[in-house]
Amino acid sequence: MNTSNVLNPTGMKNAIEIRNLEFFYGTFKGLKGINLDIAEHKVTAFIGPSGCGKSTLLRTLNRMYSLYPGQRAEGQINLYGENILDPKQDLNLLRARVGMVFQKPTPFPMSIYDNIAFGVKLYENLSRSEMDDRVEWALSKAAIWNEVKDKLGQSGLSLSGGQQQRLCIARTVAVKPKVILLDEPTSALDPISTAKVEELVNELKNDYTVAIVTHNMQQAARVSDFTAYMYLGELIEFGQTEQIFMKPNRQETEDYITGRFG
Amino acid sequence: MDAAIYRRRKMTNRIGLTLSMGAMALGLAVLLWILVVLFKNGFAAIDWAMFTQSTPAPGSEGGGLANAIVGSLMMVVSTALVSTPIGIFAGVYLAEYGDQSKTASLTRFVTDIMLSAPSIVLGLFVYAIYVAQVKHFSGWAGSIALSLIAIPVVVRTTENMLRLVPGSLREAAFALGAPRWKVATFVTLRAARAGVMTGLLLALARISGETAPLLFTALNNQFFSTNMNAPMANLPVVIFQFAMSPYDNWVRLAWGGALLITLTVLVLNIVARVFFREKSAH
Repeated sequence: MNTSNVLNPTGMKNAIEIRNLEFFYGTFKGLKGINLDIAEHKVTAFIGPSGCGKSTLLRTLNRMYSLYPGQRAEGQINLYGENILDPKQDLNLLRARVGMVFQKPTPFPMSIYDNIAFGVKLYENLSRSEMDDRVEWALSKAAIWNEVKDKLGQSGLSLSGGQQQRLCIARTVAVKPKVILLDEPTSALDPISTAKVEELVNELKNDYTVAIVTHNMQQAARVSDFTAYMYLGELIEFGQTEQIFMKPNRQETEDYITGRFG
Repeated sequence: MDAAIYRRRKMTNRIGLTLSMGAMALGLAVLLWILVVLFKNGFAAIDWAMFTQSTPAPGSEGGGLANAIVGSLMMVVSTALVSTPIGIFAGVYLAEYGDQSKTASLTRFVTDIMLSAPSIVLGLFVYAIYVAQVKHFSGWAGSIALSLIAIPVVVRTTENMLRLVPGSLREAAFALGAPRWKVATFVTLRAARAGVMTGLLLALARISGETAPLLFTALNNQFFSTNMNAPMANLPVVIFQFAMSPYDNWVRLAWGGALLITLTVLVLNIVARVFFREKSAH
């Protein structure tokens, strides 16, 4: 596909290329003509005021919206050259490749161990010891192993909010996706848990491509390599995070970032 | 500040409070009255023979309710075995699969009608389509009639409890690439299990006191029988027949049976509540 030759500003390989994406909630247009590249093994942040479409955009990348009749997307989203908006796309396989962590921690009503194993078992047949290793690996990746290693049999719901969120990240990492989508992952967490999750995001990009939606601009500045500023369903400006925050090209971006608006 | 407005508001408050306290007291008084009468007559009737002997023939002395207790248990248990899977599967379909589809709205509509259908109508229905065809009353027929009452209750509570599970939990499971049936069984149904269990227990409590649907289906049996294919004794119908009889020992047994049913329903309700509170308080 010719679009896979399109490179982002720094000439890196792209994991995802979005072309002329339009999104509809019924008749309401939630996204208008989005064109954007998400670089492999980088963190791309989406910022903008509430209702600007940044979460909507994130939810097109694993086709979460397909759960809801009446929501549809037009255009192209190429994941390593393959258009995932194709009606023939298998959604379960797509979601195994593009994982997602949500705003509120969502541990499943099962043990900590099973929370991790649940997703792995869907696509891999592991022996008990291999599964043990995988669970430990994923929990270590999410920097929570030391806190839970002695209580893997306890309910995931017994953990604190920050721990629950890292459990959810571990669960997503455990299935070894290509891309991890984070939808305001720290907005329900305290500052210390937030710092831990942010550190984690930095770690994750060594192995995964990360896209993060955040309300917190400092967070975007801290964790991301690229930043997209969105407003009213449009992509206003996109570039390297440093450039967006230091000298944005568009007045609207500067107004939002400096707090004059939003 | 306008003192008159304030005074009037306090007055309205006092009147409202008095009215609702009065209504509560009235309701509670009637309930207590029922319980006092029931306990007084019921506990006087309970003895060992009630659990070991079967219902007495007209004019004979003593007797017990063993056949009715066992019959009721068998029918309630078989009803639970039939209506639990059907009710839960249908509830899962409505909450997780059907959503806005035509089949789902039709199912919901029919379920609502069944929920409010008089139980005697359901009894008559089973009489017409089953009892009249095989030409004899039976415990199975009783179970079918009771199932028709229990299933809609289970369907509705299952659906409602599943709908209480936050959408974010469902999305999180889908986000891992889980197919819908796995999301429904391993995540949402599990998250709602306390509520679903409560619904099951309440449905059982409801049917264990039903009389009308058993009148034309299980009928009654004076003798001890565990044959579900024959007429079967059961507490509600025994109470119905014995309470209006001229024999003292029959009337006494009716009170004993009434107390047994009340206690069973009470225990089921308490268990359901405790269960729901403990499991849902995370």
